[in-house]
Amino acid sequence: MNVITASKSRGMQDYRLKMMFIIPTIILLVVMNIFPLLWSLVLSFTKYSAIKPDPPQFVGTEHYTQILSDSSTWAYFRTTAYFVVLAVAAQFIIGFGLALLLNRNFRGKSFVTPLMLIPMMLSPVVVGLFWRFILDTQWGLFNYLLSLGPKSLFVVADGVNRFAYLIDFPYIISTGITDGLQKITESARGIIWLTRPKSALFSLVIIDTWMWSPFMMLLSLAGLSAVPKYLYEAADIDRASSWFKFRHITLPLVAPLLYIALLFRTMDAFKLFDLVIIGTNGGPGSATETVSLNLYRRAFESWNTGESCALAYILLIIIIALSNIYIKYLNKARSGS
Amino acid sequence: MKRKSKEKAYHVIALVVIAIALIFYLIPVYWIITTSFKPYMDIFAMPPKFTFKPTFDNYVGLMTIRAMSDGKMKVASASSYPWQLLNSIIIGFVSTALAVCLGTMSAYAFSRFPVKGKGDIMFFILSTRMMPPVAVVIPLFLMYRALHLIDTHIGLILLYTTFNVSFATWMMKGFMDEIPKEYEEAALVDGYSRFSAFLKIVLPQSVTGIAATAVFCLITAWNEFTFALIMTTKNARTAPPSLASRMGSSGVEWGQIAAGTFIFLIPIVVFTFIMRNHLLRGVTFGAIKK
Repeated sequence: MNVITASKSRGMQDYRLKMMFIIPTIILLVVMNIFPLLWSLVLSFTKYSAIKPDPPQFVGTEHYTQILSDSSTWAYFRTTAYFVVLAVAAQFIIGFGLALLLNRNFRGKSFVTPLMLIPMMLSPVVVGLFWRFILDTQWGLFNYLLSLGPKSLFVVADGVNRFAYLIDFPYIISTGITDGLQKITESARGIIWLTRPKSALFSLVIIDTWMWSPFMMLLSLAGLSAVPKYLYEAADIDRASSWFKFRHITLPLVAPLLYIALLFRTMDAFKLFDLVIIGTNGGPGSATETVSLNLYRRAFESWNTGESCALAYILLIIIIALSNIYIKYLNKARSGS
Repeated sequence: MKRKSKEKAYHVIALVVIAIALIFYLIPVYWIITTSFKPYMDIFAMPPKFTFKPTFDNYVGLMTIRAMSDGKMKVASASSYPWQLLNSIIIGFVSTALAVCLGTMSAYAFSRFPVKGKGDIMFFILSTRMMPPVAVVIPLFLMYRALHLIDTHIGLILLYTTFNVSFATWMMKGFMDEIPKEYEEAALVDGYSRFSAFLKIVLPQSVTGIAATAVFCLITAWNEFTFALIMTTKNARTAPPSLASRMGSSGVEWGQIAAGTFIFLIPIVVFTFIMRNHLLRGVTFGAIKK
């Protein structure tokens, strides 16, 4: 009898604590996220401008059809996708590669690792501003350092820069092959980074990679350092090859954290806003106009509130769909290991 | 024997690559710091100057407003930058503390108790983190305008807390899941209440996770730009939009921007360095099998 009442009161106590612990978070998220989202869903079906006194006027799905049938919207999505794919891939390769190298004992490791994290501690504003300074064609440090090295280094860097230009076939076709080739042979003094359409986007990829590959590195390293040593020792006894160990021990155990790192980076890259508005302001032309930047312009420069809410919803649906795909893989990797 | 020397060669190559990467990551930072101490003329020198006479002009220029008096430029008053730094510190640290606190609590509840539709709620919490700020900022702007929260500290603190709480919950849940339940259960048998078991048994074991979460939350809140740009004008303006606005009007004052950046960078780097030993073990997200 006594035991039953004790466990009953324990149950009540647990229930109260559970509610007390969860509810503040849920309230905050509902008030600050769900409510605004519902509001913007309503606004997305209306014609409304936040700086005009006129009340919202219902227009149905007009904004959605207009945005989706506008070819420039698709261009912004293409720009964003191009950026996401290149940046996340580069960050993954560099970050994971560095983590593999760092996952060993050497003097000063506890000092070197946090030093490498400094880029991700910087504000995107600062990063955007300073890389603009560093990548300047005439008096930028980057071109200067490249010119110090052997001529081949310069050519390689320029080639890489142009590669970004080359793989964009629609652009080549629209501007003509001769123009493309001429651009490839021009410029001996300095590589143009941020002020030429395709290079600008590619430069943003470089900047974002500089900033966020340390994040990838940190998460990979956390995963790697948690792999139990005895697994490798057992594999050594069996004379397993390094590749075998990597493929069958390291990778499966690190995969879940890698998925999480990729998930965060993909979503953040998709939202790319501050780095662009500072680094290039969407230019030259609209070469680096990402969806988020365009959304900002529609909302706070032209003040088309209703229309921008519709675009925000389109973006949101894509992001949720993308993150669902990642989480599916993540759960698979988690249960697989 | 051969294997040993091969391993040694790998080790050396690895260290060399690490050194190159470190240089790649730090050169821009080095450039920011040196630029902040350069005289105006040296900033644009080509070839770039690596040696120069250090000066504090940029810092003075950043922190003060000068005016003509008696035919000379004199310091007239302090600029708004020190206040903006103070805003950044208040808003950044308060919102981080709140987010970590709320996140730890809800993570504990999700980790230990059965919650109806737990998977869905966890996904919902995560999905709020995935939202692009520009997508929610429009209705939030309207809401804040109606509630007179625009350009207030409390407004930005609330925003950043919301932004980070989902991340904190997610990260802490992964961490809490790995703390064995047995200790608290033993404490409960000993007559501890659930709450004091949480305080005295679970929290001390979560320090590593909490520290790592705090680092990430602070980095996000400290550097946030979009909301700060749209939601503040003067009183609650933080340093990032203020630095960005220095790019405008009369040419880019690179020296002052560098000085502002360097000062702005110190607190977050110091904080991360203090927490560095927790960082690696703290980011598990429940994804590491023990």
